[in-house]
This record gives sequence, structure tokens and C-alpha cells, in this order.
Amino acid sequence: MNQPMISLESLFAPIDEEALQKAATSGGCSSSSCGSSAKPEDMAEDVWDKIKDHPCYSEEAHHYFARMHVAVAPACNIQCNYCNRKYDCANESRPGVVSEKLTPDQAMRKVVTVANEVPQLSVLGIAGPGDACYDWRKTKATFEQISKEIPDIKLCISTNGLALPDHVDELATMNVDHVTITINMVDPEIGAKIYPWIYYNKRRYEGIEAAKILHERQMLGLEMLTARGILTKINSVMIPGVNDEHLLEVNKWVKERGAFLHNVMPLISDPAHGTHYGLTGQRGPTPMELKALQDKLEGGAKLMRHCRQCRADAVGLLGEDRGQEFTLDQLPETVTYDASRREAYREIVAKERGDHVEAKKAAVAEVKDVATDAKLLVAVATKGGGRVNEHFGHAKEFQVYEVGPKGIGFVGHRKVEAQYCEGGWGEDATLDTVIQALVGVDVVLCAKIGDCPKDMLTAAGIRATDDYGFEYIETAIGSLYAAEFGLETSAAVA
Amino acid sequence: MAFKIIASQCTSCGACEFECPSAAIRMKGETYIIDPAKCTECEGMDTQQCAAVCPVPKTCIKA
Repeated sequence: MNQPMISLESLFAPIDEEALQKAATSGGCSSSSCGSSAKPEDMAEDVWDKIKDHPCYSEEAHHYFARMHVAVAPACNIQCNYCNRKYDCANESRPGVVSEKLTPDQAMRKVVTVANEVPQLSVLGIAGPGDACYDWRKTKATFEQISKEIPDIKLCISTNGLALPDHVDELATMNVDHVTITINMVDPEIGAKIYPWIYYNKRRYEGIEAAKILHERQMLGLEMLTARGILTKINSVMIPGVNDEHLLEVNKWVKERGAFLHNVMPLISDPAHGTHYGLTGQRGPTPMELKALQDKLEGGAKLMRHCRQCRADAVGLLGEDRGQEFTLDQLPETVTYDASRREAYREIVAKERGDHVEAKKAAVAEVKDVATDAKLLVAVATKGGGRVNEHFGHAKEFQVYEVGPKGIGFVGHRKVEAQYCEGGWGEDATLDTVIQALVGVDVVLCAKIGDCPKDMLTAAGIRATDDYGFEYIETAIGSLYAAEFGLETSAAVA
Repeated sequence: MAFKIIASQCTSCGACEFECPSAAIRMKGETYIIDPAKCTECEGMDTQQCAAVCPVPKTCIKA
């Protein structure tokens, strides 16, 4: 189910040489592959202000800030062939899945509890499990209550777009400044293969007629959002043989209409999920196919590469899900928001980010000083903050960076099904799956690793080290690279 | 004269709850139910509203 999102092949070539080059010289990260560390030059100040704390919109922010989704909007007005909201498994991570639905009042209790305990929280999203715009009364009630209590929380919704045009003005008044529309087609013929029906104006439409209405409403909604300066991200599900090549066309359309970011995600298809595609054997794309498509899309609307396709009730940093700590039965009856922890965290982050930018610059300079063409693929165990700070055995995912003569670039993440230290099935079996997930990686950086897993990784051709524990990711990679390729005078690292 | 929801098929998405013109649908336990005393079978409307909005075919049917 959780495939690595990046092809091996791609990992040996930079995603975008030009962007990496730019990143290497500016000291920042390329905006296309890695969000950015400092404001990218081609980005307006007000846009940067909006996204710099949003983990889903800025790759850099996802090291520092957390999001939570509240499942207050279960009702949906369209059926998608890749979606089935009936089954839930707490260990399953895919959009549309939740363990419990909340009323707006319950959502309020949950958000305040999380804000008090997870200082990284910056974004509250409503991403279903149905459609946030269709189930509008609940979405609106939730946002109104919570923004009164926590005024600085960013509000965000995800929608299929059908009911979106009806609520754009209200979204603007409520200061919802991020909207995601799932757009899988701009051609109703293709749409008819993805959407069996829609429910619009009190009746059900099917086939091409349905897809045509949906398409028109999506484009209208996007144009209206753009006109009001609301940042819009487009999610597209890549369905091989149905809309894969067509997504190039989609990218063109949404770019023309002002979409800020285009996120192409692989179809998740499994008969056990009970979706139409799952049951009919429609396959999802391989990591290679996804990557090839993403590469073709570079240069159109900006791409997002760090998406984790999270649940509609996820809580925490993108790579983690702490939803199970905040189920209804664990929430206090009455809650009072205490802003102090979030404020303190923000101060630390502001300082850290400054340091991090400097450290990145130094690390990139160090890498460029090494006179070699060699490239390394480095997997990093991190629990946030942009540092190598997770134990190998606890890592739920590894962030993969490529380092070479052109600098250091984020290329994706590898999920780990079961953590080495917590696997209930015998640790050797678990370690095998971790090794599988790390295929193609040269070096693993982590805060701590035992001798036994280290030896087994070595046997599999992957070196692991905790020598750079708690350093900034780029600093650690830079030092590793310099050490690896024999830099005579080791450059000082900030 | 009323509709009912086949509980084994209901996804509990809640879509029908606020489409029902008679406010006859509510959550009970794990699923939604139709109050037969309130359901009018959408008299005077073109289509049966709960069935039209329901994501699962043949789940809101005549009792």
C-alpha cells in the first residue's frame, strides 16, 4: 500500500538541474522540489506570508508545522470510483478515511485540546470524509467557533468543487485562505470513467452529463477563488490508463486559472478498500510512472512532492499521525485554549529557521567545494524541526535527499510499514521491510542506531550512521559528503 | 407509507440527513434511520431526496 513515492531512476538524476543550481547558489532550496527556506525570489511577499507556516503548501514548513483535519463533513455530493468511506481501519492512511465523525462542538474541543498539546499546530483543515463545501453548514459552524477561540489558526478546506462556487464569498469572509480542489479531468468523456454520478440541484446526474457539470463548476470555483486572492491547490489522482496523460492538460487548465500548486497523487487501489477501482482491478501507478508524469509537469503549475495522502482526521506533522491520541473519548469535557505553548514554539521556530537557512547555505557551499561528480542518496530519520533527530527503530518514514555537485535537494519520502523497534512480528522480518523501503539509498542518517540493525543494513549495501545525530539535515548531509569524498580542508559548518 | 434505510449498506455519510425535506432522518447508533411517522416519501417532489443523494444504490427504499 505505501509505496515509495520516488522512482529509483529519478534518484540518480537531479529533479530539475536548473532549480537545484539556483538553490545551490542562493543557498535556499529550489521552490519546485522543496518549497523554500527563505522566500523564493519569484514569489510575492503576501503569498509567502500565507504559505510559510503551512506544511502542505511549503515543503520547508512541513519540517516545523503540523496540521489537523477534523471530520465534521461526512456528506458527499459526488461518487468517485476511487473512494469508499464505508470502511475504516485506524492503521490505514488514505484520504476519505476517518475513525469517528465529529459535530462542530466536538471538533472545537478536539482542536483546542490539540492546540494545547501540539504546539506545532498551524493549520486546521476540513477534508471530508465527505465534501466540505457540500456539507457546508457543519464546515461553517466549525470554522466560526474555532477561529473565535484560536484566531491565528489557518483555515483550509478540501473540496471536489461541485458546491464550491456557492460558498466562495463566505470562504473569503471567513478568512479561509487555502482551498484544495480535487480535479482529475477537464474532459467530461474521461470524467465519466471516474465519476459514476453527481448530485446537483436536488437531483442525480450520471455519465458524461454529470462530468460536464462537475468540470464547469470546478473551473468556475477556481476562477472565483483566484479572483479573491485565495490560494488554491489542485489535487489530481493519477489513474493509469484513465487520466494519466490527460493530467498534462489538467495542469495547463488550472495554471491558466491561477492555481498555486498542483499535487499529483497516485491512485490508491486495493480490493480490501471496497472501492470501485479496487474491486475491478484498476491498478495505481508505479513510483516510476508517477515520477515520470511529475517530471513532465514541471514548468506548468508548481508541483508538490511531499504529499502524504493523509486521512481526513489526521493530526500532527505530515509524516506522523497522532490522531489516535485525540479520539473523542480522550478529550476533556471542557477545554480552555492556552496560547502560550504555540507562541513559545513560534518564537523558537523563527530563530531556528534563521539558523537553518544559514546552516543550509554553509552545507551547500561545503558540498560544492568538494571536487567530485559523485552523488549520494541519503535517507534521513527526522521527527521534525529539519534535524536528524529520530531513532532508526522509531522512524515511520525516511526523508530522502540527493546530494551531489549541484547541491542538496529533497526528493521525496519513504514510508515504513512497521517500525523496527515496535514490530510485533519478529524484528528481523520488520527490518527486512525497512530495508526494502530503503532500496537505492546509500546512507541512512539517524539520531541513534543499534549495532545489529546497522550490520544488517550494511549487509544489504546501505550504510547507517548516527554520527550526525541532531544536526540540521543539510549540515549532516554536507559533512557526510565532505567526509565521504575526501575534502582536504574540512570546511567550517555554521 | 415511508422509506427505510438498509443499515448494512449505509455508509453513515449523513448526506440524506439534511436533504430530507421532512427532517425525518437522524443518526441512531452506528447508522441513520428514517422516522416513518415523519417520512412523506417526498410527496410533491420529483425524486426521492434521500435515495437521490445516497452514495450506495438501493439503500433508501420503500419500507
